[in-house]
Amino acid sequence: MSSRNTHSLEGNSRHPGLNLGPAHAQEEDTREEMVFGFWVFMMSDLIIFGLLFATYVTMLGGTAGGPGPKELFEMKSAFIETMLLLTSSFTFGMASLALKYREDKTRLVFWLVVTLLLGVAFLFFELKDFHTMFDKGGVPSRSGYLSAFFSLVPLHGLHVTGACIWLLALLGQMTVHGLDAPVKTGILRLAILWHFLDIVWIGIFSLVYLGGLS
Amino acid sequence: MTGQGKHPLHRNRLPALLVLLILLSGCSANMPGFMNPQGPVAEAQRHHFWVIIALVMIVVIPVIIQTPLILWRYRYRGHAVYRPKWYMSRWLDIIMWAVPILIVAILGSYIWRQTHELDPYRPIAGDQPPLEIQVVGYDWKWLFIYPDQGIATMGQLVVPVNRPISFELTSATVLQSFFIPALGSQIDVMNRMVTRLHLKADHPGRFEGKNMQYNGEGFHRQRFVTRAVDGDAFDDFVKRTRQLGQPLDQSVYRIIAQKGDNRDVARTLGLDTDDSDAVIRFSTVPDGLFHTIMTGSPIDWSAMTIPPPQQGTTRTSVIGAPSDHDTASSSDHPSSSHERKEAQP
Amino acid sequence: MRDAMSSIFGRLGWDALPFWSMLHDHSAMTIINGIIATGAASMVVIGALAAIVLVTWLGKWKYLWSEWFTSPDHKKIGIMFIVIALVMLARAIIEAVFMRAQQAVGLDGGFLTAEHFGQLFTTHGTIMVFFMAMPFLTGIINYVMPLQIGARDLSFPVLNQVSLGLTAAGAALVMISLVLAPFSIGGWTGYPPFTELSYNPGAGVDYWIWAVTLSTLSSTLTGINFAVTIFKKRAPGMKLFRMPLFTWTALCTAILMIFGMPPLTVATGLLALDRYLDFHMFTTDLGGNMMNYVNLFWAFGHPEVYILILPPFGIFSEVFATFSGKRIYGYKLLVIATMCIAVLSFTVWLHHFFTMGQSAHINAAFGIATMLIGIPTGVKVYDWMLTMYRGRIRLSVPMVYAIGFIMLFVLGGMTGIILATPSVDYQVHNSLFLVAHFHNMLIPGLLFGMLSATNFWFPKAFGFRLEERWGYRAAFCWIIGFMLAFFPLYVLGLMGMPRRSVAYFEPQYLPWMITAGIGALVILCALLCLLIQLWVSIRDRHANNVFAGDPWDGRTLEWAVSAPPPEYNFPVLPEIYSIDAFMTEKDRGQGWQAPDRYEDIDMPANSALGVVVAVTGLAMAFGLVWYMWWLVIGAGLLTLVAVIARGFVRQTTRTISASEVQRTHEHWLEQVRRTTPIKRSHEQSTANHGLPVPPIEGAVQ
Repeated sequence: MSSRNTHSLEGNSRHPGLNLGPAHAQEEDTREEMVFGFWVFMMSDLIIFGLLFATYVTMLGGTAGGPGPKELFEMKSAFIETMLLLTSSFTFGMASLALKYREDKTRLVFWLVVTLLLGVAFLFFELKDFHTMFDKGGVPSRSGYLSAFFSLVPLHGLHVTGACIWLLALLGQMTVHGLDAPVKTGILRLAILWHFLDIVWIGIFSLVYLGGLS
Repeated sequence: MTGQGKHPLHRNRLPALLVLLILLSGCSANMPGFMNPQGPVAEAQRHHFWVIIALVMIVVIPVIIQTPLILWRYRYRGHAVYRPKWYMSRWLDIIMWAVPILIVAILGSYIWRQTHELDPYRPIAGDQPPLEIQVVGYDWKWLFIYPDQGIATMGQLVVPVNRPISFELTSATVLQSFFIPALGSQIDVMNRMVTRLHLKADHPGRFEGKNMQYNGEGFHRQRFVTRAVDGDAFDDFVKRTRQLGQPLDQSVYRIIAQKGDNRDVARTLGLDTDDSDAVIRFSTVPDGLFHTIMTGSPIDWSAMTIPPPQQGTTRTSVIGAPSDHDTASSSDHPSSSHERKEAQP
Repeated sequence: MRDAMSSIFGRLGWDALPFWSMLHDHSAMTIINGIIATGAASMVVIGALAAIVLVTWLGKWKYLWSEWFTSPDHKKIGIMFIVIALVMLARAIIEAVFMRAQQAVGLDGGFLTAEHFGQLFTTHGTIMVFFMAMPFLTGIINYVMPLQIGARDLSFPVLNQVSLGLTAAGAALVMISLVLAPFSIGGWTGYPPFTELSYNPGAGVDYWIWAVTLSTLSSTLTGINFAVTIFKKRAPGMKLFRMPLFTWTALCTAILMIFGMPPLTVATGLLALDRYLDFHMFTTDLGGNMMNYVNLFWAFGHPEVYILILPPFGIFSEVFATFSGKRIYGYKLLVIATMCIAVLSFTVWLHHFFTMGQSAHINAAFGIATMLIGIPTGVKVYDWMLTMYRGRIRLSVPMVYAIGFIMLFVLGGMTGIILATPSVDYQVHNSLFLVAHFHNMLIPGLLFGMLSATNFWFPKAFGFRLEERWGYRAAFCWIIGFMLAFFPLYVLGLMGMPRRSVAYFEPQYLPWMITAGIGALVILCALLCLLIQLWVSIRDRHANNVFAGDPWDGRTLEWAVSAPPPEYNFPVLPEIYSIDAFMTEKDRGQGWQAPDRYEDIDMPANSALGVVVAVTGLAMAFGLVWYMWWLVIGAGLLTLVAVIARGFVRQTTRTISASEVQRTHEHWLEQVRRTTPIKRSHEQSTANHGLPVPPIEGAVQ
């Protein structure tokens, strides 16, 4: 712990994703705590998704004579959504690299905007999917199975929406304050959330869509 | 008492709970519940209860005795040895961990065995084949169907002594828990699910039966009397029920399904309600009623085979009356689940 | 017109007022219950108005706003948490007394309606768990933990304000439900399908859902905050295995909060979806499955038990060591035992529903897993006894609670083992035996712990000791009242009396019920003693002041600073070389020293985010309960805007200059020099101004 007071700030920062200036000794401690705290929060969030996954599995039989996965899901659309989200994770990765190794922020902003657009596109396709399901009678009030579906998948969608709003807020902060330490940490934490949502989606895609259609 | 013989430790001076427990075992003769067991299950449960207390006492008693002793010996103004930096003794640590681990190991193997032996799903061995009884929980009363006899009762569960009873249970409404303390285990009853319970009565008598899981304002009134009678008396009961009861048909069922306790049903059916223990008898029950209720599908009364009414059902004229007397049915939401279920495609 | 009204007020109508039914139905029962409910509601209204009038009259709004409501100081937030807890404790105890009174005359009847009784046991349980126990221990950890690890604040002070805001909103919602009734009658566990819309269409269950959800979110955030603080903000040299035991238990509790709270969020969230959007997660029809709720609830519920009991374990560890004048016995094994308990607590949730018809294998496995928890817990009890062994025990007020705890808790542990035995649980499940058991764990365990902590750390927080005579009276009333009120419930449970019964018909129950009722009155006396103790202490605060900061010859770092501590806790962050850091300093004669040099200190700046979240959170929850959708959307948007706007704030710290720190610190040191050190025999006298005599090797102080 005593290294806190003495560590050298020359060269790269201690945090792998962070590139703070040399004048930010204490700042960096705070930032590192924020990132760590966010990881902890992600663990808590993961429990929520884990439980919803488990609940979903127990409710698979609860279709009550209503439409099931085979009638409701379309592989094509789910695949497009997966690709959009995976690509967005890649572009966010590019944004993180730009954050760490580039001084100018145009490249960072570019990748962030691309990520945002991919995220919005994902949401668009997901909503379209829900709309199709509704048309086929796949509404949550129809059966326990559909209730479980609509408590799991839209929650992921809500997370993506939140992440998009956060991204916009960070872009706004960047306009007002420039690329300062809080913005950098913000992007770092958003990146964690973004990749996390990607992983959750892979779970949804394999368990809900692939599992449901197989 | 079987239990008390097992743990002479009880005679030590111990605080209030133990005194109470001794009092308990002493006066359990007139105590309701499993301290005064009337069947093999409850008797085994009482036995387990005392065995566990005896084992756990090995850890508990030293705390209760030594804490005051330590407090006195090492009091601030005392002269005992003072070792402010002493914080560790390997041997004490080993004992401290080993003793509870040993106790839990013993308890664990004991529990593993007893849990399987007393599993409510496990049939009880007996000379006679078990008596099948189907139990349906309603808002604040129980319906007991005797499928082999083709009869049903409410308010009183009559069982033959020394013959195993095999219950199938479900609920027509919310979660409840069916319990006859003097005979043995309770078991939850849930709509869309069947749970099982096996009990046996050793002695003739009247025992309390109740619902243990809160289900609304009539919860505390959801009681019934369990009457254990010998074989002949049971046959007599079946015969009398066939003679005196009324058929459980659609109009009667509608009354049962409304919120209210046994007495409300009796009153609506025009029966005597002065005696809260009174049995409500149903001479015939449609086949498969229990499973129809359990699956929640709408009851198709026309398809149900209802044997023609037998004699003694003169009260049917009262049955048609709506449930104005039903105090609890005034609420404006659907009164019970299966009525809602009829809306289901 | 009607449409306009309903779009504004949703389903809120005049009939929500507690005296409304009384005006229409003149039966004796309705009038009695109407009067009781109206009395409770008017107490809430009058209490709130009195507080507002008092603050306005004293002209303290500005002070409250800048020094308390918007303060990010962990100490002030901790105190505010405890204030919420105490207010809710008073309400829930009064409710308990009403329930006991009802049951004492409840043979064939009584004076409360079943509906009213249902609300009483539901609010009592909900409040005691979510709005008394949780804020109380959160408050104490908030106050003490940063001081114990040598930190200046929590990692996320503003998040801490948000946690407080959410808890306050939830508590306010429960209070509002007294005025705009009813609350749920579904019990604190809220089992569906009873709590589904088709069986309980009113606003009650919705009040319960949102109050609990607010509290859960608050606790999740608190857990994250505590865990990160303990991992990242320890003073130099404070290795994990040098942390005080209370901090260890705080860490375990924080981890349990992080993992144990989400299941409840999921459970109440899904129940809300069922009720608001016609989902079928837990309904009886259309494929719903209520057993999922039960599993989710207890996947939270069991870790919750240890969230509640671990901090008191830590508190008692500190109390036993301090008042025995001796190092804690078996520090490392105590830590390991705590960790074992925390981990095992996730593996036993099924023992809350052995009777749901699982196979015997599953029941037996969970029963045995439950008993495993008994091992580390038993070890802890013996560690505490060995801490006293060869010590010099001062029977102070915190110590009386601790002794009461240790003797009563083992009995609760024994009944816990009984309940963990599936074959016996089939007899005592859902009975008053169960009620007696968990009160036996929570009153001697949690509540005695909290009261012990209050007596122990109050002088640190406010600079004067709590008066001891009334303290002893309160403690003895609690212990005796507890025994009278709950031991009879064990007997009643063995006789098969179900919990939550408003009335009963077995005359054998009556004597036990009357005894329990007397016990409840003794507990009410205990509450009264606590109030008198507080009053007398405030009255005599000058005589009992302990500004020097170490009234009990403390062992850990929080006693090394003044009482009350400065905002930044430590003028210079301390270096730690051992456990019992402050005791080591005193042993080496290094206590109360001036540092070589002072530095500017950056402290978090005030923020209104916590207040905003409290107001919008309450508004959203209230809107959801009464279907006022405009309020929900408006408050939701406002929350979002506030959180985003917070992201734009850059002035998040405030600097305290080195000279000011120096001035404050030297003033304190000067006072310490003027204070006469005392021996422990004068601990409870007015001679105790917070400075112990320097230790001599092996000698009694």
